[in-house]
Amino acid sequence: MGKMNWAARATRKIVSAGSLSALALLSGTVFGIQAQAEPLKVGFVYVSPIGDAGWTFQHETGRQALTAALGPKVATRFVDKVPEGAEAERVIRQFARDGYDLIFTTSFGYMNPTIKVAKRFPKIAFEHATGYKRAANVGTFNVRFYEGRYLAGLIAGSQSKTGVAGYVAAFPIPEVVMGINAFTRGMRASNPDAEMRVVWVNSWYDPGREREAAAALIAQGADVVTHHTDSTAVVQTAEEKGVLAVGYHSDMSKYGPNAHLAAVTHHWGAHYIKVAKAVRAGTWQPSNVWGGMKDGMVKIEAIHERVPATVVARVRAAEDRLRAGTFHPFAGPVVDNTGVVRVPAGSVITDEALSQMNYYVEGVRGSLRK
Amino acid sequence: MRCRLAPRESSPRWLLLATPVAAIAATLACGLLAGGAVGISPAAAIDAFFLAPVRDWYGLSELLVKAAPLALIASGLSIGFRANVWNIGAEGQLVLGAIAASGLALYVPELGPLLLPAMVLAGGLGGLAWSAVPAWLRARFGASEILVSLMLSYVALLLLSYLVHGPWRDPAGYNFPESALFPPQALMPVLLDDTRLHLGTGLAVLALAAAWTFGARSYLAFQMHVAGIAPGAAGYAGFSAPRVIWVGLLTGGTAAGLAGAAEVAGPIGQLLPNISPGYGYAAIVVAFVGRLHPLGIGLASLLIAWLYLGAETAQVRLSVPSSITGLAQGTLLFFLLTADLFARYRLEPVRPAQNGKVPTCPETAAL
Amino acid sequence: MSPESALLVLAAVLAAGTPLLLAGLGELVAERAGVLNLGLEGMMLLGAVCGFAACVETGSLGIGFAAAMGAGVALAALFAALVLGCLANHVVTGLALTLFGTGLSALIGLKYTASTIDPLAPLIGGADAFALGTIVLTGAVAVILARTKTGLILRAVGDDPASAHALGYPVRSLKLGAILFGGALAGLAGGYLSLAYTPLWAEGMTAGRGWIALALVVFASWHPGKLLLGAYLFGGFTIAQLHAQSLGLSAPAELLSALPYLATIVAVVMLSRRSRGQENAPAALGKAYHPRLEN
Repeated sequence: MGKMNWAARATRKIVSAGSLSALALLSGTVFGIQAQAEPLKVGFVYVSPIGDAGWTFQHETGRQALTAALGPKVATRFVDKVPEGAEAERVIRQFARDGYDLIFTTSFGYMNPTIKVAKRFPKIAFEHATGYKRAANVGTFNVRFYEGRYLAGLIAGSQSKTGVAGYVAAFPIPEVVMGINAFTRGMRASNPDAEMRVVWVNSWYDPGREREAAAALIAQGADVVTHHTDSTAVVQTAEEKGVLAVGYHSDMSKYGPNAHLAAVTHHWGAHYIKVAKAVRAGTWQPSNVWGGMKDGMVKIEAIHERVPATVVARVRAAEDRLRAGTFHPFAGPVVDNTGVVRVPAGSVITDEALSQMNYYVEGVRGSLRK
Repeated sequence: MRCRLAPRESSPRWLLLATPVAAIAATLACGLLAGGAVGISPAAAIDAFFLAPVRDWYGLSELLVKAAPLALIASGLSIGFRANVWNIGAEGQLVLGAIAASGLALYVPELGPLLLPAMVLAGGLGGLAWSAVPAWLRARFGASEILVSLMLSYVALLLLSYLVHGPWRDPAGYNFPESALFPPQALMPVLLDDTRLHLGTGLAVLALAAAWTFGARSYLAFQMHVAGIAPGAAGYAGFSAPRVIWVGLLTGGTAAGLAGAAEVAGPIGQLLPNISPGYGYAAIVVAFVGRLHPLGIGLASLLIAWLYLGAETAQVRLSVPSSITGLAQGTLLFFLLTADLFARYRLEPVRPAQNGKVPTCPETAAL
Repeated sequence: MSPESALLVLAAVLAAGTPLLLAGLGELVAERAGVLNLGLEGMMLLGAVCGFAACVETGSLGIGFAAAMGAGVALAALFAALVLGCLANHVVTGLALTLFGTGLSALIGLKYTASTIDPLAPLIGGADAFALGTIVLTGAVAVILARTKTGLILRAVGDDPASAHALGYPVRSLKLGAILFGGALAGLAGGYLSLAYTPLWAEGMTAGRGWIALALVVFASWHPGKLLLGAYLFGGFTIAQLHAQSLGLSAPAELLSALPYLATIVAVVMLSRRSRGQENAPAALGKAYHPRLEN
């Protein structure tokens, strides 16, 4: 070694550095995602109109956070109101054919179309929200909304006079069901006799039907309503009928100044920025991200001033324990509404059981369609 | 000088060809004007709508994939329309065909290589059965097939919703309303690698050929044509009115059912709550723009498919909303219906009365 | 169920049936004059979006309703130009109208998806003035059709236009008037949806109500009185389905939703079975008419 002169050692260093970077580039290509030099083209597929509040509005807010953070390094584009199914496949494919590098598909029903298109375009990174199928270039991401739902239920249970709550929900997928269950458990922590009633509208976005459903629930005695749909119709209906409401996705207080108790809000920006940076650097790997309150992806906000300070304190305390990991909304015992014990006392529900949840907990009226 | 309308005995061929072309041109002009009004340059619009979608082989294959169900259904519908039998429920018949085919795929996958032909057959039968209801009600009770077939379309969609939300929901699908993905032997083989062109497209070509042969060679087709323009004469000639009604509705229903089976076995690969972006209704537009003739239908289906694809490209590139498709189709029909006036009637000046005689139409003057 | 709840449900049924009743009433008059307008859905949607947009821009509900009506009339005028002027086929023209109206409404509505307005205040027990006004309108139409000379002539035009023309009545003007009336009411029905029922705009918000209204006219055998009952019945089905769900009853939602359509098919058949001489469809429904043409 000592005999080698300076030039030879330098050459060896250069060669090894070069082969290391070549290896890095190569490993980038093994996953098909290359490190970026020009602006990263990022596409977003939305299932409903952006509007002023709602599921898609929050994703759009996230996209704007991305463009604000990365500036000229990204070029983003979105298409909204894309129905789930065959049409979604064409839109996703159009993005792929137009040379986009990263595509976010933001609805459960885009799962199969995303997988199909991803197979044909192995060099593009795909991220699917709320799904469960992954591939070599498809990752999934979701948020533990149920944490926020539990806290909202605490508030609702303390404010409801009739002890009956109403839930306008889209599709009985586990994510929606766990929201219903978490809300109910939170409600019954405040009021052990509270009851939850659910109406399914079979659409993510159908303000007319959401309204009718909310009105039906209110006519049956619910004085707090909430929803798992994309529009502000439920909060608006509650305002008109003089009952209370919990907003979802976004702060909906301007749609219900008297009715809006609180909102469980979504925040996607941080995740989008993280993924875009990774794709740009060539280090992106498909994974299953399930963030929660501690990652700032879900919050409980806009708590109405009518909610007494004791309740707010209780909510904040629970929030702290959620963030610290010392509390889980589905810590045993979890009993379903037919009496079967789903999670025994002393244990906590597993992520897998959560993602397959297909039962109602005690306090929810009715049963899921089998 | 006042004019009046006189019906033509027969429309000159050049006029029959010119009217759709003129209507298309007028629609295009309107579209470019409207686009210009919101700041989209004509060049960008034409590129996004017409050139970009078919710039490569993949695009051309997508054009055929989209045009095939339209051509298939329209050829079946045209046979009925010629006979003044109005099957408006093709959408529902398509859904029934899809349901029938899906049932086989989900419950008897062990048929193996026979599964796909069985699914196609089942699809045709499903659509046929659904169109038999308005046919029977019209033939037996004189009930309007327009209303019955339309109502049944909605019933079909609700039936589909019930199946995908309930008994046929994928048990591994986390309660989302869709059926399980079909096994590989239930899927249409892809004709060209890397495209979605499948055997179902061949069905469309067969249907066009069959419609043409039927129309050009068959005596029944002649009967139906006469029944369409002069039901009284057809009655006198002894042409069976019930037969015209049955054939008129069943051909459309079978074709729509076949198209439904081809869609679920082809590009979709499972049963979903939404399997058709309105093919059943768009096929009526196609049949009309194609002048109820197989050749015209073939061309019209390509045009309408092109509009669909163009709208999707424009949606991603120019942020034009997807609703533009319906607007374009409606406008096209409006212009065509207006132009049709000149194809079916001619303008005659009304000559002032001479010698106290009231002028009459040349046709009736001879009577 | 408590009396307040029952009243709320009744008001909900009334509100749900009002757009059906309005659109159906307009179509009934048009069909009595022999015109089959399948473009109800398009007219309703255009009325809904124009009414909503006008209200957002001017802040006045009255202007909104007027704009809704105007939009319906405009689209109906297009229909009339084609069907009366160009002797176009009623069925195809109606479909074209639906396609066009739906697409145009979506385009216009892009700006207004997130807008809000002050809704129409309820008058009595949750029902708003509009719903009650519609009942009065139905009565008026019933009386005019059955008891006045205008009504008689209109019905004559629908049954036998050639004879009506021979008697000197302006057949085409009457048809035009009927078509425009139908358009006005359809637009108003759409406006009610976007201004009162669910005060917002969403693409395709009529959700097939136009087709149900068409079915309703047949179901009611072209009688305004039966139309009223049918509208509330059909509207009631939707509400019933939601309540059943909320109570935990497990009737499949789709069956209840399918009832209006199935009921119409039954009605169509029953109607066609009736012997001649009894009340049935206007004899010249859907046929093109021109005074100087041999028919």
